[in-house]
Amino acid sequence: MTEQAIVETAHSSDANPVGEARSLGADARRALARNPLFWISATMIFIFVLMAIWPSLFTNTDPTEAVLSQARERPNSEAWFGRDIQGYDIYARVIYGARASILVGVFTTLFTTTIGAALGITAAYFGGWTDSLISRVTDIFFAIPLLLGAILFMSAFPSSNDPYFVVVFKVVAAISLLGWPALTRLMRSSVMQVLPNDYVQAARALGASPWRIIRSHVIPNSLGPIIVVATINLGAYIALEATLSFLGIGLQPPVISWGVSINDAIVGLRTTPHMLFFPSLFLSLTVLAFIMLGDAVRDAYDPKTR
Amino acid sequence: MGKYIVRRLLQMIPVIIGTTFIIYAMVFALPGDPTAGKCGERQCPESFVAEYREKYNLDDPLPIQYAKYMGQVVQGDFGTNQYGVEVREDLAKRFAVTGRLALMAIAVEIVIGISAGILAGIRKGRFVDNLVLVSTLVVISIPIFVIGAVLQYFLGVRLGLFPVTVSSEATTYELLLPAIVLGSLSVAYVARLTRTNLVENLRADYVRTAISKGLSKRRAVGLHALRNSMIPVITFIGFDFGALLGGAIVTEGIFNIQGVGGYIYRGIQVRDGVAVVGAVTALVIIYLFVNLIVDLLYGVLDPRISHD
Amino acid sequence: MSATTVDTPQEKRGSGSKSKYVPQDGCLLEVDDLYVEFHTEEGVAKAINGVSFDLSQGETLAILGESGSGKSVTAQAIMGILDMPPAKIPSGQVRYCGRDLLTMDPNERRHTRGPEISMIFQDALSALNPVFPVGWQIAEMFRQHRGMNKSDALERAVGLMERVSIPAARERVKAYPHQFSGGMRQRIMIAMAIALDPAVLIADEPTTALDVTVQAQIMQLLADLQQERQMGLILITHDLGVVADVADRACVMYAGRLVEKSEILDLYAAPAHPYTRGLIDSIPRVDQKGQTLAAIGGLPPNLTRIPPGCPFHPRCYLARDICSGERPELRELVPGRFAACHFSEEVLGA
Repeated sequence: MTEQAIVETAHSSDANPVGEARSLGADARRALARNPLFWISATMIFIFVLMAIWPSLFTNTDPTEAVLSQARERPNSEAWFGRDIQGYDIYARVIYGARASILVGVFTTLFTTTIGAALGITAAYFGGWTDSLISRVTDIFFAIPLLLGAILFMSAFPSSNDPYFVVVFKVVAAISLLGWPALTRLMRSSVMQVLPNDYVQAARALGASPWRIIRSHVIPNSLGPIIVVATINLGAYIALEATLSFLGIGLQPPVISWGVSINDAIVGLRTTPHMLFFPSLFLSLTVLAFIMLGDAVRDAYDPKTR
Repeated sequence: MGKYIVRRLLQMIPVIIGTTFIIYAMVFALPGDPTAGKCGERQCPESFVAEYREKYNLDDPLPIQYAKYMGQVVQGDFGTNQYGVEVREDLAKRFAVTGRLALMAIAVEIVIGISAGILAGIRKGRFVDNLVLVSTLVVISIPIFVIGAVLQYFLGVRLGLFPVTVSSEATTYELLLPAIVLGSLSVAYVARLTRTNLVENLRADYVRTAISKGLSKRRAVGLHALRNSMIPVITFIGFDFGALLGGAIVTEGIFNIQGVGGYIYRGIQVRDGVAVVGAVTALVIIYLFVNLIVDLLYGVLDPRISHD
Repeated sequence: MSATTVDTPQEKRGSGSKSKYVPQDGCLLEVDDLYVEFHTEEGVAKAINGVSFDLSQGETLAILGESGSGKSVTAQAIMGILDMPPAKIPSGQVRYCGRDLLTMDPNERRHTRGPEISMIFQDALSALNPVFPVGWQIAEMFRQHRGMNKSDALERAVGLMERVSIPAARERVKAYPHQFSGGMRQRIMIAMAIALDPAVLIADEPTTALDVTVQAQIMQLLADLQQERQMGLILITHDLGVVADVADRACVMYAGRLVEKSEILDLYAAPAHPYTRGLIDSIPRVDQKGQTLAAIGGLPPNLTRIPPGCPFHPRCYLARDICSGERPELRELVPGRFAACHFSEEVLGA
């Protein structure tokens, strides 16, 4: 679905926020609670987040313990997912690899959404030259291909010996720097659809301050589409992080991440497919979980597509 | 219409300047000596370094450097890369390959994506619909480099259906599998977008009118509903062309395609600033023009959109 | 314009018509004990519960009722444009010239839509396809049903647009629906519906979305066309004001049933059902300025839970014990007057 369509459909469901919004919101929550996809994706996300915070809950094996003699072993009772080229336990690597992906996904989403929402609201609400300026700056960043820009950024700030969180933060910064324009555009058009409504006009006529109107009328009624897109984007950012690692310029060994593991495994695809399969599976499941969650939320708020 | 195009073209100028400046700044902020490695193993002689710095205005402040560079680009001079080859020549060759790859990916999107979406939309809730929904979700959630590597191995190496890598000639047959890989994510989006729009339009009042006009189901769905459903799909595919050019880098890496993505990637790694900036500038300009064309096309497809 | 492109009298129904459907004793359409239900997540909504009426050649029948009373569903069932599922027609017949449309071969039935029975909708903006020119949409009738070529069909479309009084029809034939005003769009809708000279025209709330002044023009146009072509016209509306001058007979629907059926003038003069009375009393009247407007209290019932007995009893000012226990059947009070109320005589006398 295009972003514009998401804005339009999300708005068609809350056309009357004064009288029926509450019941519509309640309806949506009920629809969400009835949707098995929502529960499946929420459960999966919960597990992955737990994995990221507390990996030792899932495995006692040290992911950095190399048993070279058993390198490339197929899955067996001792190493459930087998071992990789260094003799690391793949199951433990996959569990510990969740952290990088979740961190990148969550923080990039946080940054892009905050920047996007703030700029989008400002542009749409104040209009005039503010809008023109923000829109042109947004256009500039939007025109840079995301992947190429991120590669360039990571190359401009290479991270050979930086600590873990610094490297993760660099990836977050690289994707955020180029990821916010899409959300700014989305938020701008979402707010543009809210502004002409009577309740906003009424608040203006009553002399409410811009900040108050934005906080109590504009934000609650225009946030829907951006939340849906942000959820789906979270999955996309995780995939992008893995792509950067795959290209050898994102996270790099000794950092444990799914992208790094996949990069290591691709050369040996023929002889050791299990090395590729498990990190890919976990990566895909995480991306899938966020896409499904976003879909479920959108469906709940947009009965038309049900 | 004419006014609209002029306004859009004028709006493009600051965007092109801003974008290329950011790229320029990032490329020349790349760490390391830009002349390193230009003279083989040895340290470059003093005179060469001085000449190089003079040629690329490296001793000027960044904005001046950039202005001088753009002054040349406007005259069609993208400079020469490390090997002394005109970047413009390189780009022409590389863009021809990546452009063909992207066009083939678009063709895959149209053929597979739209037909899968239509099939799912008219059989909403049935087996085909669920099959399309699930398989597109799988494709969307698997990163493209995994899809690429796995397809390359199974279809290329194992079954030998496709060439494993692409030669410098880059024939259509060689580019077929890479095009499928490059287009895979968009195929999934196109299928879902087509389905969603078709389902929505099937419930539209004008489809009910079409039925009450005594038209066949085939005509009511295949012409009236589909014509409306295709507007956002075609727009998406149009915009996707620009995105595919810049996003082909992973696919090009896997299949060893001599395209733009690989050119930029290698340029970044060997700090060939002139090559990188030139290629990205060209990409951005193409992207902006494609978007303008798609916006105009949108006005043609949907008579309610006016560009006056 | 050449003579062949105008609707010539020779093509009129009844005078050398090629139609294989011939009205029996002037009766075009008979709806016989029709039931329609919708199977939804919330349960089975009984939208139509045993509705019967008929329509003769040249007659205008009004179907009145609040939204949700089942009038539009009745029209869609006749037209065959209900979405099935969720809709289901468990029993009943819709006979056109003696042939049951519901059991007819789907392809044969499709060919009745347009040449025999035609329909116009409330919101012409959404009922017309936004991406095709209006002339093309009208011409599509001739091209698909009559196999005409493009230019002839377009020429006919121009003629029809002129007949429904669209100014500069020839220039505007290539314009799109959004480029017309609401009233003009509804005229285009009407032109499309009468293109193949149907015997029955169903108009579902044709004027509801329009300004008051335009409403009158559209009603006049419909009345003129009905006179001119001797169509059977079914006018569906919640607005009793707009049909009084045009309709011959009226059916009043409530919760998927007919509660009253009679000549329209009798109905206005003395309603025989408390619901009809409530509808009439709620029409604002110039001669009663200053008085409180009488409205019917409460809301129409949820169709998944229609009250037992008379479905109207929870809102009825006359309701007594029997009303919640026993459902009144539609009965003939005097010849030609039917009502479904235990106390119709009382209502009439009041």
